[in-house]
Amino acid sequence: MPDLGKYAVEVLSAYGAALALLLLLVLVSLRRARRVKADLAEVEARRHGD
Amino acid sequence: MASIWEYANPRKFMATTDVVLPWIAVTAALTLVGGLIWGFFFTPEDYRQGATVKIIYLHVPAALLAINAWLMMLAASLIWIVRRHHVSALAARAAAPVGAVMTLIALITGAIWGQPMWGTWWEWDPRLTSFLILFLFYLGYMALWSAVENDDTAADLTAILCLVGSVFALLSRYAVNFWNQGLHQGASLSLDAQENVADVFYHPLLVSIAGFVLLFVALVLLRTRTEIRARRMRALLLRERMG
Amino acid sequence: MRALLLRDLRLAMRAGGGFGLGLAFFLIVVVLVPFGVGPQTELLARIAPGILWIGALLACLLSLDRILALDWEDGSLDLIATAPVPLEAVVSVKALAHWLTTGLPLVLAAPVLGLLLNLPAPGYGWLTLSLLLGTPALSVIGTFGAALTVGLKRGGLLLSLLVLPLYVPVLIFGAEVARRGAEAMALTTPLAMLAGITCGTIALLPFASAAVLRMNLR
Repeated sequence: MPDLGKYAVEVLSAYGAALALLLLLVLVSLRRARRVKADLAEVEARRHGD
Repeated sequence: MASIWEYANPRKFMATTDVVLPWIAVTAALTLVGGLIWGFFFTPEDYRQGATVKIIYLHVPAALLAINAWLMMLAASLIWIVRRHHVSALAARAAAPVGAVMTLIALITGAIWGQPMWGTWWEWDPRLTSFLILFLFYLGYMALWSAVENDDTAADLTAILCLVGSVFALLSRYAVNFWNQGLHQGASLSLDAQENVADVFYHPLLVSIAGFVLLFVALVLLRTRTEIRARRMRALLLRERMG
Repeated sequence: MRALLLRDLRLAMRAGGGFGLGLAFFLIVVVLVPFGVGPQTELLARIAPGILWIGALLACLLSLDRILALDWEDGSLDLIATAPVPLEAVVSVKALAHWLTTGLPLVLAAPVLGLLLNLPAPGYGWLTLSLLLGTPALSVIGTFGAALTVGLKRGGLLLSLLVLPLYVPVLIFGAEVARRGAEAMALTTPLAMLAGITCGTIALLPFASAAVLRMNLR
């Protein structure tokens, strides 16, 4: 852990907020990708099924 | 002839990105983590800004992408208007939330960075203000996409909004500059000019910029794939109901 | 063309207060501000140009969805679109009608409301001039927003979200002209920019509005 001096709060909160936002974006994108993929597979299966 | 337009075919796009995306994603993760670790742990403090200089490894790449994501959407919108490739319109739609998050990161890190410099969390600095306006444009663009039901109409409308919005965003940039000159520090803080940044800060910055760009590409590809699937699903459901 | 303009004006006069509503809203906003910030006259005098501009802008925003919504609901928009008049001209006339019924009354009311906010004496002329130059741009940009959202169910809120960021340059330069006028400072640059933006939007934006309207009527 580097010595951040008197600006530790600023630097850490900037990294925390930015990484949290990025992580959130990635997770939301992945979750939606998975859900849409599953839903589409279901619809396709239904279409070919009957 | 293998041209870029081949990827305008959704099937071809899906097949190619299926292979490419994991590689890009892994490279993006490695580069981003590498750049940030390098920047966070292995750079000295700036003699004037102290440890806050470490925020540039987030702020500058995010700000770069916030603008370039909009430019990418603009290009994609133009391609959609001229050549009617669905992948293009959907890529623009996919990029908007990513660009909005990048803008938000640039805003937050900018405000946090400004706090010790300016002594206040929010300063109506022209740069920060412009990004705030850009953020509003992203919000409007995404809201219009989700409000219009017909996919093609939504693509058309948002494409025009993106065009008009670009002009007005540029105008706002000049207006804001005019409206509040001089409160912000000069180029020494803005780090736009390469010569103002010592190599010891510059090299990790380049790595983290590369990481952010790769992450952006990976996310846009992933989200475009999702949008293509969602579009196909809506079409199928519609056909079923008509059935 | 003139028939369309007259029809729009008559509708606005008659159809349940679209005409006076904007003015009343403007009045209320201006009256509310001193309640919010306190009655000190020197503070009010300092923020008066900005408040008047924001009030006018919001009052303008309030009536935007009426530009096209009524015609959309009764189907006359489809008729107008198939009429042998270019749609670009139609949206321009719509914007003009909106300005005549909303923008112009606001411009005329602003100096009176300036009295309430203790606007400094040199400011009245510049405030009126800046609004006179700026409000047409607000109407034209608003027509673009209205054309974007015309068929949508909850279009009103979306319309505000889309249009407000587009209003930023007009507001900045317009309010700057009014503020500098009130403080008797040099104001050629913002005045030229404001006039430039208004001319530019009037000349170019109807094409975008017409294109968008065509997509929505398809």
